[in-house]
Amino acid sequence: MKIELTLNGRKISVDILPGEYLIETLRKCNIHSVRRGCDTTNCGVCTILLDGKPVPSCSVLSAQADHHQITTIEGIAHEAEKLSTFFGKEGADQCGYCNPALALSVYALMKENPHPTSAEIDEYLIGNLCRCSGYKNQNKAIMAFLAEEARMEEQ
Amino acid sequence: MKVVNQKIPSIDGKSLMMGRIAYSDDFADSDSLVIKVLRSPHPFAKIVAIDVSSASTLPGVEIVLTYADFNRIPFTRAGQGYPEPSPHDKFVLDEYVRYIGDEVAIVAAVDEATAKQALKLINVEYQVMEPILDFETAYNNPIVLHPEPEIHEMFPIGFDPKKNVAAEYHMEIGDIETALKQCDVVVNETYYTQAQAHAMMEPHSCNARFDHLNRLVIYSSTQTPFHIRRIISQALEFPISRIRVIKPRVGGGFGGKQAVHGELIAASVTIRTGKPSKLVYTRKEVFESSYTRHPMRFDMRLGAMKDGTLKAIDCQVLSDTGAYGEHALTVFMVAGSKVLPLYNKVDSVRFGGKVVYTNHTPAGAFRGYGAIQGNFALESVIDVLCHKLQIDPVVFRQKNMMKEGESSPIFAIMGEGTEGTAMTMDTCKLDYCVKRGMELIGWKTKYPRQVISEDLVRGVGMAIAMQGSGIPLIDMGSAIIKLNDGGFYNLLVGATDIGQKSDTILAQICAEELETTIDKIIVTSSDTDLTPFDTGAYASSTTYVSGNAVVNAAKAMKLLLIEEAAKILKINKDKIIFDGSSFSDSEGKIKISLADLSNRLYYNENQKQLATTGSFVGHKSPPPFMAGFAEVEIDIKTGETSVINYVSVVDCGTTINPKLAQGQVEGGIVQGIGMALYEEVNVAKSGKLITNSFLSYKIPTRLEIKNLVTEFADSYEESGPFGAKSVAEIGIDTPPAAIMNAIYNAIGVRINVLPATPEKIWMGINKKEKKL
Repeated sequence: MKIELTLNGRKISVDILPGEYLIETLRKCNIHSVRRGCDTTNCGVCTILLDGKPVPSCSVLSAQADHHQITTIEGIAHEAEKLSTFFGKEGADQCGYCNPALALSVYALMKENPHPTSAEIDEYLIGNLCRCSGYKNQNKAIMAFLAEEARMEEQ
Repeated sequence: MKVVNQKIPSIDGKSLMMGRIAYSDDFADSDSLVIKVLRSPHPFAKIVAIDVSSASTLPGVEIVLTYADFNRIPFTRAGQGYPEPSPHDKFVLDEYVRYIGDEVAIVAAVDEATAKQALKLINVEYQVMEPILDFETAYNNPIVLHPEPEIHEMFPIGFDPKKNVAAEYHMEIGDIETALKQCDVVVNETYYTQAQAHAMMEPHSCNARFDHLNRLVIYSSTQTPFHIRRIISQALEFPISRIRVIKPRVGGGFGGKQAVHGELIAASVTIRTGKPSKLVYTRKEVFESSYTRHPMRFDMRLGAMKDGTLKAIDCQVLSDTGAYGEHALTVFMVAGSKVLPLYNKVDSVRFGGKVVYTNHTPAGAFRGYGAIQGNFALESVIDVLCHKLQIDPVVFRQKNMMKEGESSPIFAIMGEGTEGTAMTMDTCKLDYCVKRGMELIGWKTKYPRQVISEDLVRGVGMAIAMQGSGIPLIDMGSAIIKLNDGGFYNLLVGATDIGQKSDTILAQICAEELETTIDKIIVTSSDTDLTPFDTGAYASSTTYVSGNAVVNAAKAMKLLLIEEAAKILKINKDKIIFDGSSFSDSEGKIKISLADLSNRLYYNENQKQLATTGSFVGHKSPPPFMAGFAEVEIDIKTGETSVINYVSVVDCGTTINPKLAQGQVEGGIVQGIGMALYEEVNVAKSGKLITNSFLSYKIPTRLEIKNLVTEFADSYEESGPFGAKSVAEIGIDTPPAAIMNAIYNAIGVRINVLPATPEKIWMGINKKEKKL
């Protein structure tokens, strides 16, 4: 069957199989930034934004996304690049496998709550597992990024 | 130092966050055959008959392979120095299956759905056999897991498969029984560690194809590309010169990718079909069919005098290697060799034990590599002893632990499968680490416990640890530096960046030696065709071993550059001053820039390419040291326990990149906290791993990790690159012991079996069972 998606602001039409999940459809569309981690909705590595809300693409049927907005990291490249600068400063990036998904979740958080506390950040990102970093430097980097974004917004 | 010891952002972090093509599966050919593996539903069985006819004829199925399709060539999946200290006891496919998840058959089809459907069409008749699922009953059990005649050890490691022994080792310094008899106080405790899962975010992934030169090119998420190339060649009898292994970015390894996993399977499919293929493990396969940490039992006896002098340590180990003996001997030996030297002033120390086969998922390399298991046992029993002696455990350690300038006879006796290498601790800042850690945690005010409310009690506990920096005389790293026109460099290293950011670290080392900036150093790593040899990312070796190789190559490049500049400037090379971007005479009058020099060398006169090679093999393995202090808060009504503070003070020599070093330590600490409190491994009576998903196997999330304080001691290891030792593994070692000691100090309950779940703690509080 065919579905229509707005992928990173561009309308596309894709052929899907019955039972196909978004992660498979997106990787077929050459969106390699959506990575496979667990297939059971637990690790957050495949997170994308569906109508602006973070969802695990391993567990959303592509058919459900028909006529919806999908955002992957390519759609927020500018913000991701800025966030990566803060990650670099804090040494918060290690293997990087979970980082596009994490950046998408941070972006969604920023839209919902531009001034989160450190605890609110951890709470919001609980579904984004990381086995490398120990989390704390990521939290510092995200705090600094959001503070900078809020400052820019005010100007 | 201008580049080293600086908090420079990693060279690949930005691209990885932006989602660029980077990891193995991103490089799979779009027309790859998709491989699925039929796995054993039984912990131990013989395949009596296997019928693949329906699967083979299913439209879209390209090939189905069973054990009958392979020559019987035993090998080990372990990616280690060659010959390996692991028994060659595995076949690509075998007529026996030895754990639930073991490989039975391989299917390659045009897509995943077809491959999965084909798996269901394979009919296997098993002769189900009684398994060994309790590792304490494995030794000399009438059930023999490896009766096959072809398997063998590569050199003596105590391999005795008829008794289910993969490896065995014993050593004794002094006379342990006499030494214990002479002690005022002796303690005797038994500890158990669990089969922790690596849980790296990227599942094992590889893909294969033949290139335009008809060579087999494999992308793999591996820690050991050169070992992969060798093992594929040996196990599949395929010429090594026709194999190219490329390791792109890797989404975490932690030892779990220090082995061949899917590569032999993908290589077999592509060699037989001529078509590209790919294999990506499901998360369930990562849990069930890759590796775990070796579960171990420790029988510990310590003896000391009333004044707090430690006199004797006896450490007897039983280790469960699961179905295959991968890393069996070496992980078990590290439980002694990188733990027991911490207390180097004893009269006698004895270490020994067996590594036995069971029908569990195979155990293999995992960050800490035995040291975390041994550290948990030793640093727990030290506290038990201190309690009996009524001595502050910090004071006891300060009196008995390793100091700078000292040694331990263990270094010369115990290596990794071979004899060890004698060494003196030229850098050991443990004294400082302990003192500073006490200040940071507030030991004097918090030890042993604080009652916060009717329900909440806090306790502090600590442990010290050591690791190594590569395996001396075995681990080898090398580097090639090539000068380009325009005056920048290529750095080619076999070293394997698996997310620890070694490409950045090695670029910093190279830039420092060549007095330039890291944007002038273009790193290419881990491509068996393009980069020079390196044993791989394991044993905390990359910074120390590969880093020293980079220093050697860069020093040679500098000499070469000065020689060429001297010729062009027509002055004696001893008079040349090179500042990284230009060459001048001592007065600074005659000058040529590096860019001009390179352009003249390549375009204008006496044209020649400048390139240098550097290699390094360690003659010692200077240990990093650390002190870890845990503060736990326990709800005595529920047993719920959290680590509210973890202080790490680390001596890893110079931190090449302090932020990335912090990341290594804190990542290790959090994995250690996971092993201590959360990562429970449950196996059903049938032998099936119950904890085979992130739903049931609980690694720490952001919410469990409260406050981490990480500092580094001022330390400079002369033998290391710019004073560096390793920092990859040391962080993981202390949490189990430090947290168990903190729990004991808080509530008087000692947990000897990891992990310390709320249930165990609650039972300890309520049933007054002191050992759980």
